[in-house]
Amino acid sequence: MAFEFNGKTYEADEDGYLLNLEDWSEDVANYIASTEEVEMTPAHWEVVNFLREYYEEYKIAPMIKILIKAMKNKFGPEKGNNAYLYELYPSGPAKQACKIAGLPKPTGCV
Amino acid sequence: MAKEKIEAPKLTGKIETPRIQPGASLACQHHKANEQFLTGLGYPSSLVENWQEKAIAKMGELLNKYKSLKLYLDICVRCGACADKCQFYLGTGDPKNTPVGRQELFRKVYRRYFTPAGKLLGNLAGAEDFTEEVLKEWYVYFHHCSQCRRCCVACPYGIDTAEISMAAREIMHSIGLGTKYVDEIILKVFNFGNNLGMQPKAIKNSLDFCEDEMKEAYEEKGIMDIDVKIPMDVEGAEVLLVVPSADFFASPHIESLLGYAKVFYQAGISWTLSSYASEAGNFGMFIGSYDGMQKVASRIGQAVRDLKVKRLVIGECGHAYRIAYSFWNTLIGPFDTLDKRYPIPQHICEFTYDLIKRGALRLDKEANDEFVVTYHDSCNIARATRMGDMPGGQFEIPRSIIKACCNKFVDMPQETIRENTFCCGGGAGLLTDEMMDIRIKGAMPRMQALKQVIDSHGVNFFALICAICKAQFTKIFPAYGLSMDMVGGVHQLVSRAIVLGAKE
Ligand code: SF4
Ligand code: SF4
Ligand code: SF4
Repeated sequence: MAFEFNGKTYEADEDGYLLNLEDWSEDVANYIASTEEVEMTPAHWEVVNFLREYYEEYKIAPMIKILIKAMKNKFGPEKGNNAYLYELYPSGPAKQACKIAGLPKPTGCV
Repeated sequence: MAKEKIEAPKLTGKIETPRIQPGASLACQHHKANEQFLTGLGYPSSLVENWQEKAIAKMGELLNKYKSLKLYLDICVRCGACADKCQFYLGTGDPKNTPVGRQELFRKVYRRYFTPAGKLLGNLAGAEDFTEEVLKEWYVYFHHCSQCRRCCVACPYGIDTAEISMAAREIMHSIGLGTKYVDEIILKVFNFGNNLGMQPKAIKNSLDFCEDEMKEAYEEKGIMDIDVKIPMDVEGAEVLLVVPSADFFASPHIESLLGYAKVFYQAGISWTLSSYASEAGNFGMFIGSYDGMQKVASRIGQAVRDLKVKRLVIGECGHAYRIAYSFWNTLIGPFDTLDKRYPIPQHICEFTYDLIKRGALRLDKEANDEFVVTYHDSCNIARATRMGDMPGGQFEIPRSIIKACCNKFVDMPQETIRENTFCCGGGAGLLTDEMMDIRIKGAMPRMQALKQVIDSHGVNFFALICAICKAQFTKIFPAYGLSMDMVGGVHQLVSRAIVLGAKE
């Protein structure tokens, strides 16, 4: 399932996850976020950037606890928790934030 | 692309037989496996042209190979005893989600091509050509079966719909038809050794993080001398522990991993994980693929030899233990190098329970006093395995562990637990986003049973020993208005209660 944005065609899977990592840009991220009804704030970007960096190193998104810890270190305990991540990404930080970050959906028994 | 919200059934505490609604769940379909996944597993890259002929030939082959399959197809008397036993029928009202309705999809094709009456009389004998329409229904309804075997327990003849659905999936694969979710995952195990596709470096990072977390947590309590390790690839360790890869990644799965590590620490038994055999689960079974199952399992046999361990223990995963218990010996055995004094393989619950019985662990139940706990029997463990040396050990042992770790435990109603347990609604390949509708509805019976003990006893912790169950329930609890924080593992409770350090 491909999608069009700004006159360019992006290859994506059935659920709208980008197939090619290198197609990602902040503009595309904003666009995907809008289809998910997520409005990107600095805190949202913090998550997305962390996921992308982590992915580059480990070829998979981080487990949620690692993400929470990173957020805690950056913004303090009131933002470094699961509930806050779900506030940012209501359909689940792992899947929804990965989608906006242009990473493949983590699948397995998760 | 914002998804419309799926309406969950109301939580009333009652499991009611639904109004019959033909076709109610026909629209809930898996994404299909693409060429990459199908060819990766050795299947045709897409639906083959002469698929009907090929499928019938494959059916003939399976009928010869599995005598039980033919028997199940022949002996059903349509008594209907199984009909209201399937959670997917109870949740959707779709008659093709009754076990007998599901079987009929297979049986009518079988009759048409393999029985004299069906060949001669066709429809009159309940036979039907294998048309495109029928194939479409196969694809939907054989993937709406979680192979939980609840119907099998209710059937007076012991007809096992799970086996029929495995055969149907095997036939569909042979003509180039599979689901993306399952096939992609099997391919990831072929390539990386685990369902998530985690590379050793990523696993290692997760484990290091967990070790640090544990150390910090103890230090916060002023305990400075406890340093619990989660070893990987240690040659010569006593025990190889194989866990579902979700235990390296997801919540609440990871909390049980901490529990296992603390048990080993306190028992003083050396252990290791393997980065090569980094998955207990084995989706090969879901598609009835013996070869796939063997290839996935072979990594574990290899790790046993490479790491020269003496014992093999399996973490909290339902279907993994079913396969380990029933098939490993044939798939990757005999385990000549392992210590015969212990079960081969052994479930982590058996392992922990033995230590508890011997008084080797100190457990502070008060650490779990904030919880009123109930326990969901994983269907795979309940109806396809055993634990310990007593009948019903697979029911008693996890409960005994919980009771040793918690003051407050209560069971859900009898007709919904032990051998009568319902599936979580996410087994055998259903655990994917596009199947959310049937996942939520299929969980209904379990949720109603839970609702009863929430109302009567204030249950606020739902203990599990299956990675799929954990993922499924954390996803569907919110749809029922419950917090996902209620969902956890049995060894998560152990992790909280266990007192580490020298014994007094
Ligand atoms: S095996 Fe389970 S899911 Fe499949 S038909 Fe029987 S009860 Fe339903
Ligand atoms: S209970 Fe057994 S015999 Fe009766 S309809 Fe179901 S499968 Fe057939
Ligand atoms: S996920 Fe759990 S309850 Fe569901 S099929 Fe597997 S073992 Fe059974």
